[in-house]
Parts: sequence; C-alpha cells; structure tokens
Amino acid sequence: MEAWIFFKRTVRMVFVGTKAYYLWCAFLLAIIGAAITFYTKQLDAGLIVTNMRDQVSWGLYIGNFTYLVGVAAAAVLLVIPAYIYHFDPIKEIVVLGELLAASAIIMALMFVLADLGRPDRFWHIIPFIGILSFPNSLLAWDVIVLNGYLVLNTIVPIYILIKTYFGKEPTKNFVIPLVLLSIPWAVGIHTVTAFLYNGLAARPFWNASILAPRFLASAFCSGPAMALIIFQVLRKTAGMKIKNEALFKVAELMAYAMFINLFLLGAELFKEYYTATIHLAPMQYLFQGLHGHHALVPWIWSAMAMNITAFLIFLIPGTRKNLITLNIGSLLIIVGVWIEKGLGLIVPGFIPDPLGEIYEYLPNINEIAISLGIWAFGLFIFTLFMRIAIPIQRGDFVHSKYGKAAVKRQYERIKP
Amino acid sequence: MKIVSLCLFAIIAFGVPAFAAHHDEYPVSTPPLTEGIFPCSNCHAGMEVNAKRRELKDEHANIKLRHAENDRWCLDCHNPANRDKLKLVNGDTIPFTESYLLCGQCHGNIYRDWKVGIHGKRVGYFKGGERLYFLCVNCHNPHDPKFKPLKPEPPPTQPERTYGR
Amino acid sequence: MKMMSMGALAALSLGSSSCTQAQMEEFLQKRFREMTEAEKKEVIQRLEETYLRKYGKKFGISTQPAGSGVLWGYGLDLSRCIGCRRCVYACVKENNQSRINPQLQWIRVVRLKKGSLINLENAEHYYNPETVPEPGFMYMPVQCQHCENPPCVRVCPVKATWKEPDGIVVVDYNWCIGCRYCMAACPYKGRVFNWSEPNIPADELNTDVHYLGNRPRMKNVVEKCTFCVQRVRNGRYPACVEACPTGARKFGNLLDPSSEIRYLIENKRVFRLKEDLNTEPKFYYFFSA
Repeated sequence: MEAWIFFKRTVRMVFVGTKAYYLWCAFLLAIIGAAITFYTKQLDAGLIVTNMRDQVSWGLYIGNFTYLVGVAAAAVLLVIPAYIYHFDPIKEIVVLGELLAASAIIMALMFVLADLGRPDRFWHIIPFIGILSFPNSLLAWDVIVLNGYLVLNTIVPIYILIKTYFGKEPTKNFVIPLVLLSIPWAVGIHTVTAFLYNGLAARPFWNASILAPRFLASAFCSGPAMALIIFQVLRKTAGMKIKNEALFKVAELMAYAMFINLFLLGAELFKEYYTATIHLAPMQYLFQGLHGHHALVPWIWSAMAMNITAFLIFLIPGTRKNLITLNIGSLLIIVGVWIEKGLGLIVPGFIPDPLGEIYEYLPNINEIAISLGIWAFGLFIFTLFMRIAIPIQRGDFVHSKYGKAAVKRQYERIKP
Repeated sequence: MKIVSLCLFAIIAFGVPAFAAHHDEYPVSTPPLTEGIFPCSNCHAGMEVNAKRRELKDEHANIKLRHAENDRWCLDCHNPANRDKLKLVNGDTIPFTESYLLCGQCHGNIYRDWKVGIHGKRVGYFKGGERLYFLCVNCHNPHDPKFKPLKPEPPPTQPERTYGR
Repeated sequence: MKMMSMGALAALSLGSSSCTQAQMEEFLQKRFREMTEAEKKEVIQRLEETYLRKYGKKFGISTQPAGSGVLWGYGLDLSRCIGCRRCVYACVKENNQSRINPQLQWIRVVRLKKGSLINLENAEHYYNPETVPEPGFMYMPVQCQHCENPPCVRVCPVKATWKEPDGIVVVDYNWCIGCRYCMAACPYKGRVFNWSEPNIPADELNTDVHYLGNRPRMKNVVEKCTFCVQRVRNGRYPACVEACPTGARKFGNLLDPSSEIRYLIENKRVFRLKEDLNTEPKFYYFFSA
C-alpha cells in the first residue's frame, strides 16, 4: 500500500515542474517522436536504410554504444573521489553517479537493439530461455555484464532513495558492498566491450593489446566531464549544493586520464607509422586518407585538436579552476572522445576490408535521427530520475509521517 | 592337330591382348564434333588419300591450324586410312571419344594432371552417381587450342550505388 | 443462409488463426541443432507451406545430415582462373541469393597484379574489361573458407552459426539475430548480409534446397557459401565447380585418399589465405602451371 502511494506520487511529480523542465522534456520528446518514425522505417525496410553495407557492417549505432559504455563506466567511478576526498554526505554523489550510469547503460543497450537486424528474435540471447554463447562470445559476456551493471545501478539508488523517502538511514552494510562491487564491475564492462573488438584477428586496427587501456583512459575523460556539466546544471536548477573545490578535484583527476589517453594514442601512432606494415592502412585512412578516400580526416583532426586543448585546459590550474574554461574543456573532451572512440574507432576497423576494398562509410539521416532519438531518450530518463531523486534528497519529497528528512544540509530550497 | 590348335588358341587368347595396346578409359563427355560432319567416312570412304602436306582449299578451308603447324599437319593426327579414327604415334588408331590419348602424347604432364582431375573439368556426381570428365577438346579446339578470352560477367554493384532505399 | 455464413466465418477465423499460428511457431522456433526429428519435420512442413504461399512454388527442403568419414575440401587453381565470374552467378542462381537491393554474392573475385600476389590492399574488385584475362593480372576468387577453427563461430552470441561434422560452417537463418559480429570476425569477407528483404525473380528460384543451405532467406540475417550443402551431401559437385569454364575449381573429401583434393594437396604447391591467423581454412589455392 505504501509502495503504491509512493509510486503514484512519483508519477504525479514527473508531470509537475518549472517552465524550463517542461520545455526541456517537450524538446526531448519531440526528438524521440521523430526518431520513432525513422526506426519504424528501419524495421520495415531493413537495415538497408542505413549506410552500413557488407564492407562496413557496424557504424554509428555501435560507435555510440562504445562511447556510452565508457560514460557508464566512468560515471560510477566518481564515487572513488567521494570516498578518497570524503565528500559528505557520500550518498548524494553515489545516487547521482549511479543514475547517470544507469541512463547511459540504457542508452547503450538501446543502441545495440537499434543495430540488431532481428530485434524480434531478441529472446534468443536470453540465457536459459534462448542460447547464450558464454563464454566463447564476447558479446555474450557483454550482455551479462551490462545488464548486471544496470541492475546494480538501479538497485542501489532506488534503495537509498526509498529509505530516504521513509526518513530512514540506508543500511550501510547493504549499500557499501554494492557500491564497492560496482567499481570493478565498471572497469569490467568497459574491458569486456574493448575485448569485443580486441579479439578479432580479422581487424588489425582493433587487434591491439592497447585497446582496453585506451578505452578506460578515454572513458575516464568523457564520463566525468559529463558529470561535471550535469552537476553544474543541477546546482542551478535543483539547488544541489556542490562545492567548486569538488569539481576542480575531479577535473584534476581527469587531467591525468587525458594525459594517459593522449599517451596511449601516441604509442599506437608510433607503432603503426614506424613499422609501416600493411596494417598501417586503417590508421592512414583515418589520419591522412587512403587511395583518395579521406572522409574521416577532418573529423579525427578536429578530435585531436579538441582533446589536446581540453588536456591543456585541465592541466593548467588557472584554466581548470575557472568555471567557464572548465566547461569549455569539458564540452571539448566530450565531443573529442566521442569522435575518436565512436566513428574514429569503429569505421577504420573496417577500412580497408579483409579483401582490400575501401568503402567510405558516413552515417545518413536515418541513423543520425535514430541515434539522436536514443540520446534524447537517455537524457529524458535521466531527467525523470533526477526529478524524483533530487526532491527526495532535498527533503521535499518525503513520506508524510516523517516530515523533513534527515539529510538536508546539502541543499537549499528552490521555489519552482 | 589338337595340340597345334590348342597352341594356336593359346597364342591368340593370350598373345593378341598382349600385343594389342591397353588404353585407359574414362567416363568422358561426347566430343564436340561439328553437326553432320561425323562419320567422316561418308565423304572420305571413296576418296583417294593425298598425303602431300598442303593448305586445304576445297574443303575444311575454315580450319586454320595453329597448333605446332610448322612441325606437322592434318594427317599426322587424323588417320589417313580411316578418317573416323585418330592416329597415335605408335600406329594405333583410337576413336574420337579417346582423343585424350592423342593429346597426352605430347602434353604428358597435362595428361597426368587430367587423369586425376587436377587439369580440366569434371561435372556431375563425384560419388554415388554419374561423373563426367570433359575431354580436352571440350575446352580446347584441337586445331587452335589456345584458350580464348571470355567476356566477364558484370562486377558486383558498388555499395554506394545501393543508397536511397 | 445462416449455416453458410457461420461456415464462412468459421473458415475465415480458422484461416487467419493458422496464419498467426504459423508466425507464432516461427517466432518460438528452436535452434536447428536443438530440434528433435519430429520438430524438424514440423518446421520443414511449415516452411514449405510458407514458401508455397510466398513464391507459388513447391520447395523440397532437405535436412540431410553430414555423412561419416567426410571432411570437405576445396581447391582453386590460380593459374587457370581467368576472372570471368561465371562461378559467382552460378552460385547466385543455385543458392537463391537476392539479386538486387540488396545484391548478395557469396563469391568475390579479386584481381591482383602479377608479381605482387597476395597483397590484397591493391586488389581490384570491380574490374570490368572487355575480355578476361587481362595481361599482367591474375584473378583470385574468395568465398567462405569453411575454417576448421572458425572465428565467426566463436563470436556468435546465440550460436546461430556452427561447424557441421563434415566441416561445413552453416547458419540457422531462423536463429540469427542479425548482430553482424560474425561479419566483423571473418578475415576473408566470406559472409554477406541481407540488408533488406531478398529479391529473387520467381522463374529463377531453385526449389531443391537444404534447411541450412540455399533455402530462401529473410531480411536482416547473415548468409554465406555453404559448399552447396544440398549438392555435396548427395555426392554432387558444387555449382561453382560445374560452372567454371577453365576447370579451375576442385572439390572433394579430404579424408578420401583417392580424391582430387587429396591429390592436389599432396602433389601441387598449395597455400591457404592468411594462414598466420590460424583459422585453418579448407580452401586450398594452388598453381598447376
């Protein structure tokens, strides 16, 4: 009964908000609606509506999937500074970070679903009901770890929020072990995703041991950057109090990750360009163009410029401690890593194809529309999560019996 | 008398096969002879044999020999006495269905490969059914054996051209 | 009147329910390898009815299993291939591949420059001269190599593709979810994808099909060369072998010491593509001259 009232109240709450909230949700829903029409077209005609063909059989969808798994992995790793630097209370960071991770995982799984040729046969991949080729197939591993991560990142925040709603302290013995589990699990999801590409001898661009470390390094750049921006937005719109020092500390850690990201990229460039075997071809396609094909060259160089600029911004204390440059740097690294890890990783893996053919892939309007729709959906889910989570954290949304909740000092009241 | 006839019988029974050449046999396809041209004896039965090496002008003028034409001519392969057969170097005559024996005289390596299926074409069933070996002449015109270039089938459609569905 | 209308209604409802029942059965269909013989028979019957309804032709779908003591091998004489692509189109015809939008070809003939043989980076796929062979070039057809250690089988998340006991790597088209991981994993570009509903001209349909081979496929699933499983399990040469005008293609049982393929492996200089990847392909290239 109590649960039902709680549920009803949350449903009512997501329909009420500030003007900015309504505009934001309407904007996202419009994008989602447009994407649904495109996806219906894709379901009807088949994947031929995309620009993917036999030669480049993975494209924008899988690029976004890769990027979002990284964001999901890194979002939860924010809890590490929360423990090391003793933010108090820790729960808020955990809840927001894990809800961000959950939204990112939902987006990643939706991208895989959008890319599947036969989503109607989805039940084939469910273990015990269908056939899951564990442990041979890395995709099977990914199915297990991603869904497990999603469960983990919804159980913990929901548990904490419900406890807070009822005015009780969340049981540390339940929360702490799960939060500690989610840290290696976060590393695990991104390693498994990296191994997905790494384990293919047919694609020498991916078949490099450095791929998993590169994935983790770039994830630690882009994920916390998103969190930084989101925290500032929430600070303004929802009155969440987070000190600038906390943001700057996270930024300092990101600077290390950016350095490692650039260093590993440099290592890859050296290995391929110096030895200059036939396996240089994909990297050459990406950075210079190959046999007259150079569609990705401007993209990757913009990404390089963005990544290096962001690294410098985050490295120099002056620019790191200035909110304006910090935000510029965050945006730069988000976009830069998206290009480098999304299109800039997937597409050159297929160019040239195993028989030497070059098919230049760039996404078309169908893929872009569906991708934007899935991003909008993920942001929408996250917005709804925040619409419920923050009032609970703030103490405005509590069970009537308990009045003002225990935890409030982190927040100020904001009149809608 | 009986002993003589027995000996004669023995000689004939065992000797003739020993003297007669033993030829390999294979399940070959029909030779691609021009329509109506076989049996050759229809025309050649009553004709006189002109063994002089020359260029033919009255008949078979469409055959341009481009097959070691400096070293030999028609009657080196075609049996002068009986045009329905071909002539081997050792004097044996063979039917057109065994023309591989003739080719194999000079092209021994190819013949060896053909016998085991490496050279040439086989169709049908390799097990549990009829298999057909293509004769040399099914692919190589014996008078002009060099394989002619073919017009290739169309290339696959380039993936960019399949946009716009 | 009442009886007739009741009868008509009953017939209509039965008819429509059987249509959706067929769709339901297809949705719940198990993987081929998990089916019992009775289930296989049911599936075949349903498929034959579906094909009859869709194409208007009676199909004969075989589920003939692999024989014992058989491991299929393929030989390709690179000194005889002239790049005419007759094999490509014979395969398309035999195996009911989509002709246009999408165009699927299981065999891909590449043209290489003489003197730089297996440098695939300079391979030309779209050569279209007046006549072949062109001087200075050689031609190499590539199709699924039916590896003994196939990377595609290893990566399929639902085990929709597997290696049969006679060495043929097959796909259960009704189990494939279309994730295309196998296509990323194949080092030989052996696999192609039905990017939309296949288009086969009705008069060119081949109705002698095998469930795992050349039966008509559906959109958004993967397919590839099956060594003409419908032919070879009955002892017949694959379609590409029979189509080649120069006799460059050889096929046989690797375990039979008297087969053509054994002879050529033992007596000719054979090699396989990308052997350093340890995929152990069963497609042997050689030069007889």
